[in-house]
Parts: sequence; C-alpha cells; structure tokens
Amino acid sequence: MDPTLKREIILENYQHPYNKETINNPKYIKVNSNNESCIDNINLYILIEDSIVKDIKFDGEACAITTSATSIMIKLLIGQNIDTIQEYITNYENMIDERDYNNELLAEANCFDEIYKQQNRKNCALLPWKGLKKALEEYKKGIEN
Amino acid sequence: MNRKDFPMLTKDIIYFDNGATTLKPYAVIDKIVDYYENYSANAHRGDYDISLKVDMAYENTRELVKKFINARYTKEIIFTSGATQSLNMIANGFFSQYLEPDDEIIITKSEHASNVIPWFNLVQKCQAKIKYVELDKNHKVTLSNLQKQITSKTKVISLAAITNVVGDIRPIKEICQIAHQKNIFVVVDGAQSVPHSLTDVQELDCDFLAFSAHKMCGPTGVGVLYGKIELLEHMVPQNFGGGMNETFDNEDSVFLKELPTRLEAGTPNIAGVIGLGAAIEYLQDIGINKIASYEKELKSYFIEKLKLIPHIKLINPDSDSGIIAFNVDGIFSQDVACYLNKYHICVRAGNHCAKILKDEVGVTNTCRISLYFYNTKDEIDYVIELLKDKDKIIREMI
Repeated sequence: MDPTLKREIILENYQHPYNKETINNPKYIKVNSNNESCIDNINLYILIEDSIVKDIKFDGEACAITTSATSIMIKLLIGQNIDTIQEYITNYENMIDERDYNNELLAEANCFDEIYKQQNRKNCALLPWKGLKKALEEYKKGIEN
Repeated sequence: MNRKDFPMLTKDIIYFDNGATTLKPYAVIDKIVDYYENYSANAHRGDYDISLKVDMAYENTRELVKKFINARYTKEIIFTSGATQSLNMIANGFFSQYLEPDDEIIITKSEHASNVIPWFNLVQKCQAKIKYVELDKNHKVTLSNLQKQITSKTKVISLAAITNVVGDIRPIKEICQIAHQKNIFVVVDGAQSVPHSLTDVQELDCDFLAFSAHKMCGPTGVGVLYGKIELLEHMVPQNFGGGMNETFDNEDSVFLKELPTRLEAGTPNIAGVIGLGAAIEYLQDIGINKIASYEKELKSYFIEKLKLIPHIKLINPDSDSGIIAFNVDGIFSQDVACYLNKYHICVRAGNHCAKILKDEVGVTNTCRISLYFYNTKDEIDYVIELLKDKDKIIREMI
C-alpha cells in the first residue's frame, strides 16, 4: 500500500473514528482493553446475535494508532460470523508480526503492515483486537452456560 | 553542564525524562565496575581483606547520605530498594503499629502512586481514613488548605516535597511546624526533590524521608529511608532473615540487631549502595544549589518559549521545579511523545503514576519534560522548533 494512502487512512480514522460512542445496553458485551506499557485505554461494546457480529462501538482515550486501528477493525467486522472473525484475527496478528497473511482479507487494515518498524506502536495496533478476543471468549462462555 | 561525564549523552539523544530516571556519569559507573572487578565480596563478613573493604565502602555511603541530607545520626539512614520500598516500610513498619481506627492520614491527589497506595492499603488494615488537601488553582498545597483538613484524629501528613507531574515545591518546613504543634508526624517523599535541591532533614524537621538513587545519577534498585532515630527504633522490620538478627534458637528467642542493620535483612544491593555514594560525591562536587539554580533558569527559558506556541497547553507554568507538563491541543500525549521520539527526544507521556491527579487538573494524560543539570538551552531550542509546527506533528506522529 502506498505510504501516503496509509497515512491518510490512519489519520482519517483517527480524526473521524467510526462508531466511537459510549452506549449502555446490556445486550452488548463490554470489554476494556489497555496496554501495560503505554496509556491507551479503550472500551469495546460488541453485540453478537446468533454468532453474527451485529454491532461494535468503542470509547476511551487512545493514541492515533489505537484509535484508527479500532475504527478500522469495527468497519471490517460488523456483519461477520464469529468463525470468520477468527480468520481476521489470525491474519491481522500475522501482519503485525511480519508473518505471511492474506492482505486481500484485511482491506483498509493493511495500513498497519509496516507498524513492526515501530516496536512501541505494535501493541497500540493490536489493542482493539486484544479486546475483541476477550469479548469473543465471553460470548462463547455465555453460550456454553 | 558536565555533559562530558555522561556516556549516554554521546548517543545522539536528548534526554528529557529525568523525573523517571537520570543518566549515570562515569564516576558512578566506574565505582560500580570497580566493586565487581576488584573487591566483589559480601558485606558484614569482615574476616578477609576484600570483605572488609566492602564494609568500609558500604558504610561510607551511609556516612555520605547522612551528611548529604544533614541527618543527626548515621543510623538514621536505612538502605532500601528505592523510594517505593522506603514509603511502604514507613506505612507498614511504623504507622501500622501506631494508627487506630478512625485516625486520619492526609495526602494530596497529586502524589505519586508510591505515596498513595501504601496508605490505601494501610487504612484498610487499620480502619483509618485518607483525607486530601484541596489544591489551589495552580495545583499547589497552601498551608491554609492543609490546616482545613487537620482534625484531632490526624496522625500523619505524607507529601512529596516536589510532585512528579505538577512539579510544585511544597513548604515542608512550615508544614512540619504546623503538624508537630498537633503531634502529627510528617512523611516526605523526596524522590523528586532530593536530587534537585538542598535537603536538610534537621532544618525541615520532617519525621521520615524517602528517596531513590537512580533519580540522582545513581544506580537503579537502591534508595534511602531516613527516619528520626526515636521513630526508627519503633519500626517493625518487614523483612526478616540474615544480617539483621543477633541470635535465634526458636520462635520465642529471636533477637534482632541494632539500627540500621535490623531494617536491612539479607544481602543488600552492595554495588548499588556504593554507586549511590559515588553519585552523592559527584553531585556535591557540582554543588546542589548550583544544580537547582541552573535548572530553574532552564525551566523559565523553556516555559517562556512554550508560552509563545498557541497550540501548547501548559499544565503547570508556575511551578518552580524542572518539571513541565503539557499537551498539544487536540493530539494525544502518546502521539506527541512518539513524534519526538522520531527525533531521538525522550519525553514521557501518560499519567506518570499520579492516577488520581486527573480529578484535580481535569486531564488524564500529559506529556512531561523533566530537566536535569546536563540539559541545555540548545536542546530546548531544538524541541521548541519541533513543537511549533502542529501540522508537522500530525504528519509525523504516525
């Protein structure tokens, strides 16, 4: 992806993040995600019905990378089945860690394909996905029970 | 000043995070290497020559610390792992014995976590209470606001002499006078003050003082607990083991050594203590008052320039220490720190371990620049140029 385009995607999602709002709805699973090494701190609110992610919103205080990564993740995942989401998680993590991955699947999220060059920012790009994994675990536990 | 003494300053960095830790001069590094290379033995086992040498070097630092803070007695100086351990020992080793239910501890919301959480922990054990001094509009402690919180139940006031985000300098001497008239003890967190300004515990008349070596050009993992001798005598050790006991046969017959050894169980951080001694000698050679006035000059120079940049929001323009907290309007502090990092400038972003300060200043996270004597006006000019252009910050922060 062209570096200028990457920058534009990140800044656009930082300055106008998608679905950044606080909601108070018990149907949503709420998870907090924060980095021990830095100060990003976000809450994700995820609505999953019949294994489909119907909606994700977020709030909190976070840097440009975390905020844009969250906004981009939300746009990618709304409407997806939770099994497909696992595929997104694996590919996204592979990209962040410089392993082979399916770049067609990740669309806009490819803007972080060189974030490994800034070691301190990797955790920022992973933060919303870390929260997502927590939420999926909670959802699965809820179904089992 | 003295930049040639610091190997880290040859690494193409501008180091503005001295509130977190300071760089180490050769004088300190060499002294530590000398211990490991030439007389690496345990302390207090003085039957052979090199061990005796360790004892002498270790105890020499105690003497240096005593003089540095003007303590009355050498045994009032206890070596710890740092200010955090010192403050925990004060809370758990002394005040846990002393406080009764409903007694009150006064702190502020601008304290570092190390001067907050040990007290939170203690009040749960003792059923005591925490009270906060209301800070004024510049986030400072005034004597009248302090007095408003004092009641007949107040037993201890615990304050940083200089806070680590706001950087305000507290009137500790006056606070001690007020407190002692009412039989209240005063604990001073000196982590940000001892390295930067003259500390005289007899002049201040504080009851306890805690500070860390690594914030004053010394090594990490070592610090000091000062306490008035009559109070330390009542401090219960938090660690038991080798070195601190006189004799023991069974659980009813454990006899402990005198101060200060009683409070230093186990093999201490010998290299660290020796390094602390070298750091004190190094700072004394420069002169602590000279350091203080140079930092003040740098700080005013920095603040005047920052004030001219419209998108810089200063949190503490009026504080007298070398600590500057600020934000770039509309940009998250971590992004500003990452931007400056691209130019090899080390600044801190976050809440700086003062998590309840947000209630006071209304901002959770800030960028913090904290100065020391090896910083220069040229470094400041360079950073000012980088901060002037907000579009450049936005362009380059990611």
